[in-house]
Amino acid sequence: MNTPDIDADTSTATRSHRALPRLVVIGNGMVGHHLLERLIEQDAHRRFSVTVFGEERHRAYDRVHLSEYFDGRDANSLSLSEADYCDLNGIELHLDEAVTAIDRDARLVTTTRGEYPFDQLVLATGSFPFVPPIPTPEEAKESHAALVYRTLDDLDRIRDAAESLSARETRRGVVVGGGLLGLEAANALRSLGLEAHIVEFAPRLMPVQLDTEGGAALRQQIEALGVKIHLERATTEIIAGEAHRYRMNFADGEWLETDMIVFSAGIRPQDRLARECGLEIGERGGIIIDDTCRTSDPDIFAIGECALWNDRTFGLVAPGYTMARTVAGCLTGTCEPFSGADMSTKLKLLGVDVGSIGDAHAATEGAVSYRFIDEAGHGYRRLVVSADGRRAIGAVLVGDNSYYDTLLQYVQNGIGLPADPASLILPQGEGAPLLGADALPETATICSCHNVSKSAICQTVEGGCSDLGTLKAETKASTGCGGCTALLKQVFEHELERRGIEVDRSLCEHFAHTRQELYGIIRVEGLRSFEALLARHGKGQLGCDICKPAVASILASCWNESITSPSLVPLQDTNDTFMANMQKNGTYSVVPRVPGGEITPDKLIAIGAVAKKYDLYTKITGGQRIDLFGAQLHELPEIWSELIDAGFETGHAYGKSTRTVKSCVGNTWCRYGVQDSVAMALIIENRYKGLRSPHKLKFAVSGCTRECAEAQSKDVGVIATEHGWNLFVCGNGGMRPRHAELFATDLDDDTLLKTIDRFLMFYIRTADRLQRTSVWRENLDGGLDYLKQVILEDSLGLGGELEAQMQHVVDQYECEWANALKDPEKLKRFRTFVNDKRSDPDIIAVSERNQPRPARPEEIARLAVEVTS
Amino acid sequence: MSGTAIAPGTEARIRLCSRQDLVANSGIVAWHQGHQIAIFLLAQPPGSVGPVPPESSEVAGAPFASPITSDGLYALDNRDPFSGANVIGRGIVGDLGGELVVASPIYKQHFRLRDGQCLEAPDQRLRCWPVALEGDDVVLLAEAAAGR
Repeated sequence: MNTPDIDADTSTATRSHRALPRLVVIGNGMVGHHLLERLIEQDAHRRFSVTVFGEERHRAYDRVHLSEYFDGRDANSLSLSEADYCDLNGIELHLDEAVTAIDRDARLVTTTRGEYPFDQLVLATGSFPFVPPIPTPEEAKESHAALVYRTLDDLDRIRDAAESLSARETRRGVVVGGGLLGLEAANALRSLGLEAHIVEFAPRLMPVQLDTEGGAALRQQIEALGVKIHLERATTEIIAGEAHRYRMNFADGEWLETDMIVFSAGIRPQDRLARECGLEIGERGGIIIDDTCRTSDPDIFAIGECALWNDRTFGLVAPGYTMARTVAGCLTGTCEPFSGADMSTKLKLLGVDVGSIGDAHAATEGAVSYRFIDEAGHGYRRLVVSADGRRAIGAVLVGDNSYYDTLLQYVQNGIGLPADPASLILPQGEGAPLLGADALPETATICSCHNVSKSAICQTVEGGCSDLGTLKAETKASTGCGGCTALLKQVFEHELERRGIEVDRSLCEHFAHTRQELYGIIRVEGLRSFEALLARHGKGQLGCDICKPAVASILASCWNESITSPSLVPLQDTNDTFMANMQKNGTYSVVPRVPGGEITPDKLIAIGAVAKKYDLYTKITGGQRIDLFGAQLHELPEIWSELIDAGFETGHAYGKSTRTVKSCVGNTWCRYGVQDSVAMALIIENRYKGLRSPHKLKFAVSGCTRECAEAQSKDVGVIATEHGWNLFVCGNGGMRPRHAELFATDLDDDTLLKTIDRFLMFYIRTADRLQRTSVWRENLDGGLDYLKQVILEDSLGLGGELEAQMQHVVDQYECEWANALKDPEKLKRFRTFVNDKRSDPDIIAVSERNQPRPARPEEIARLAVEVTS
Repeated sequence: MSGTAIAPGTEARIRLCSRQDLVANSGIVAWHQGHQIAIFLLAQPPGSVGPVPPESSEVAGAPFASPITSDGLYALDNRDPFSGANVIGRGIVGDLGGELVVASPIYKQHFRLRDGQCLEAPDQRLRCWPVALEGDDVVLLAEAAAGR
């Protein structure tokens, strides 16, 4: 066996790959990728020359959230890493290159493209969907081609198949298999607009995770969503149908017609390569591994769904991650043996909470169960306890997973049960003993994806971490499946409080309120000045640079009085006061509004003339406008009076407010466009210009799904469809990119604007100070579903009010620069010196690439010497 | 055209600008013999801020340590030491922990109005200028008017 030379000089070793032992990884799925992450974390990628083969054309992606692919997410956003992740870490990644054979004697793998030697080999080949052998006539066979649900390519095939169906009244799709993946597949069919059916051989849904009553409750909830369920049906043959394309005949004489069939009848370990090269394989498949994840060949490891440990395979991602950690450890000399894994799962299937913990079926000898059945709401909960009644050993949840975290901790950590164990599953709010963070032992696993214990979290807090984002980044907790988010927050806040660190949400020392609370006060009491608010609800004399601009923003969002009015001026940041963006040397940049990025040649010339006259540096912005840099304070009114004469308005680039609506040219010019995206961008920009908000707002409108305007990276993104507009919300570029989420589909123009009205006003009403929509959305209790309820279904009865408030702001709009230029009193402020007409002599520009730029300190020093000498 | 010397009584004063040039609860900047002076007017002189403690005058580089006047006028150097830009007069005025401060608009450090001390960096302190309102004039006291 080859052992990597741990003491190798890594700096030279990375250069000469030939000298390093060769590690080949077959498979770039979630587990295979996790192995790479662990190797990099332990610096092992520098001690091996690592080569990875992925059969699919996509790099590792999040298979757990695959169904979101039909919900607006694309392959890129499902990816687990950036495109250059392997490159940057010196790992050779071969995608779309299947390994066809392993030669153990020659220590060689053969792929569709070549041969590669290895010293150590890891099989992370996953599993494949089991397609039951059902007699099918030739013509049916060809056209339905055994659709399955596992990879992105499978999903593309399902979509193609659905789209190829003629648009008749009901298009029907059947999923064979009512397990976890089958339910996901049914959801996918539903998203594609098909009438979805599930055909299951067992007498209940999710037979592995749920018991009879749980399965029944789940069935009722799912049927209420319009998915038809057929249980205890064994398909005996598929023949041509009459009303639909196929007819499935069942063993009991019943039959069902359908237009397409997706098989999701379980998975089988992908062990073909291992089998063919003579590694030991289990009776029912699976590559046999020991506690170090080694196969019968000690230089070959197997991890994830293809591996068989103690006669068990693991069809979940968390055990696969544990195996990946074990292998990374073995390769670096710190092997932690694999000792099995917890198969508890918490899922949301078709919007229904399902949880299964430990011994859900009470298979343990003498186990006793408590059950709670809610026939009205189709909810079900079961707690399984040990024969002596002391320990919880399993649980089943359908309809409400808020019990999951507590139950899981009881089961995993053997915590003593309360006197009445049933209280753990009874409806909460009746004194049910919620397991607080302090009741968890230090060893309790909080995040099972990344194996983060409570003590690791405590240590990080002890080390000074005091915000949740940093905690997640440092420990990786809650960055896998995200299932532990609520528990992590609870433990984190408990640890902070225990250390006497108050979770203080006061805006600043002047207001013991959040921005949201101040917004409510200003609205309810109709306050129109900072002084009134400070006198009634604050403390201190003047306020500060935190609360003053925040309150100014709220006042503007509510009443939209001109920010140049004397009582509002002292509240503003310099940018808002002087309606320009201050740069590092104290000069300002000027950005006229160019709605939708559409500009006439005359206006372009006018901007050019102004820039030339005042010697301004010009740059095209990301928001399709032109930024003019280097204006001194006293030059701003002259510059703006020329711009306004040329027909421009202020662009609010200086405000926490609507910035731009980026657009592509749309169907006016583009061969692919399906709507007039520029016209819609103009409508949106002209409607919301001047709107002040907790942070800046960026919009975009794309004329087709090619998305040239990059709407999915904006706070509000609009993408044209054949039938109208799809609305995406809460995206962000910048430091923490976030894909916008699909919010509503195929809206007409009016509904689109009303929806955006409501969305923006609700954000303005509830967000924290300087909180972009993306962060606001991530912190919103209830998430996207809640937001949809409030905005689309008007669950709070706020819709009309939000629209009216927006209309008020729209009606009040006035170009702030036009307003200021009319008033000599306001213009008095735009003087560099109140008693002298000179410019600021310390502002010195030099020329670079034929444009001015601020001189650097050393250049200023040199210029000074030249002047004096 | 710098300030014009006026001499009411024995003490020489330099007129910087007029009362109408000031902006309540905010700042403006005056030019004085190569110096840029940021002048702030607090509309209601707050009662809780008393006379400046005497120890302020011991700090080198701050020859006039009692710029506070009953007029609610404060004057500091306009140059922000952190960015090197002349922008202090365009900062937001406020109070922190009972002290009147101005926040630099560039990197947001706070400077005490009464003595120019930076709250975030003990080694940074802006020069203070003794100013007063006389009728409609904002004047600089003579010692400072002479420059340094």
